[in-house]
Amino acid sequence: MAKIRVETTINGEATEYLCTGQQSLLEALRDELGLMGTKEGCATGDCGACSVVLDGRLVSSCLVLAAEAEGRTVKTIEGVAEGTRLHPLQQQFLEQGALQCGICTPGFIVAAQQLLESHPDPTEEEVRFYLAGNLCRCTGYDKIIRAVLEAAAVLREQTT
Amino acid sequence: MAPSHFEAPTDVEAAIALLSRRPGARPLAGGTDLLVQLRLGAATPDLFVDLKRIPRLMATSLDSKGLTLGAAVPAAEIVENASIRSLWPGLVEATALIGSSQIQGRATWGGNLCNASPAADAVPAMIVCGAKIVLAGPGGEREVLIEDFTTGPGETLLERGELVVEFRVPAPAPRSADAYLRVTPRSEMDIAVVGVGVQLELDREGRVASARVALGAVAPTAVRADAAAEALVGSRLDDAALDRAAVAASTSASPIDDRRGTAAYRKSVVGVLTKRAARIAYERAQAR
Repeated sequence: MAKIRVETTINGEATEYLCTGQQSLLEALRDELGLMGTKEGCATGDCGACSVVLDGRLVSSCLVLAAEAEGRTVKTIEGVAEGTRLHPLQQQFLEQGALQCGICTPGFIVAAQQLLESHPDPTEEEVRFYLAGNLCRCTGYDKIIRAVLEAAAVLREQTT
Repeated sequence: MAPSHFEAPTDVEAAIALLSRRPGARPLAGGTDLLVQLRLGAATPDLFVDLKRIPRLMATSLDSKGLTLGAAVPAAEIVENASIRSLWPGLVEATALIGSSQIQGRATWGGNLCNASPAADAVPAMIVCGAKIVLAGPGGEREVLIEDFTTGPGETLLERGELVVEFRVPAPAPRSADAYLRVTPRSEMDIAVVGVGVQLELDREGRVASARVALGAVAPTAVRADAAAEALVGSRLDDAALDRAAVAASTSASPIDDRRGTAAYRKSVVGVLTKRAARIAYERAQAR
């Protein structure tokens, strides 16, 4: 069967790829485009490791068909740092030791950035609820939550 | 796995034509159930019909008569809408309970209803709001009450080529309000063991003039508990009325034992939730 040609914008760049009708956006990002930052955890929308932002909404890219991205905009973990300058979230994950194996980290950072864009000063409870769909089997979450709250404070300082 | 085709029509007629053409065609809204079923091998669609490029399925319109909401609008957009939140707080609470932030970005009312899980959170909340859906198919359009649409677990009135186009939620009457509560072992990322929606309308003296109660996860479909609603009518929500409503809700539940809870537990908790949701709806109605 002929593959579907998709033209989309990924991290601000016009991009195109070929996919099948049942391939996920996650598979297209990793296997067709070599953007390996987005991880596959469960492939059923339960773990958040494959989080990306699709037309401004946080989604699990394993539960998006690659063909759906036609004409849309996608932001992945590769679009979070500016060149070699880490985003405050990335910096705080390092400084707070908020990762061990690292598989969940890109998803956490993409999701947390989305939260901080609409809620620059979240409570700890708000952070925990917003990130409830991102699973980490190493850290016990505490350092992740601390890193997000600290990054939020850094970002607020930068904007004032 | 056999290859699947993918189409993204831009109007309802084209979607109906595509869905009618192949028996294995499935409409795709948020995909949070369908694509999971695909990955698990439980669904093998040979054609995905993406509904999200059809303007009517993505539209929100609110006027004095109520809300018309496209079947493919994501939950996050509903929850962010301050007008919808203030008019139907229970319906929005139920919508906000569906899945994680990631799922909220995709999941839709249309999908929550058509997946036809007995535990779907939005469905009891829709029922007590008197919501209807518009179905469109090869034979034209028809309007169906939410409580009539689901006929069993995974079973609905949808015929071949038919899809849910939009939801119509009537504007709440003066001094009326809704509430939805559910019980889950975890506070997030879980499926209702029991869910209860209540809608109350008060008279000028603060007595319940009319009531609706709907129960989730205690029967093969979400069900109305009219006896529980009648037990509240005429009362100011005193303990005796609440107790009668709780017993009636428990009696009208026909739950099963499963890994999330026993039938006996569900029968007990459905009464407790009915009382609590009624109190919340009552306070909200008083404040209006």
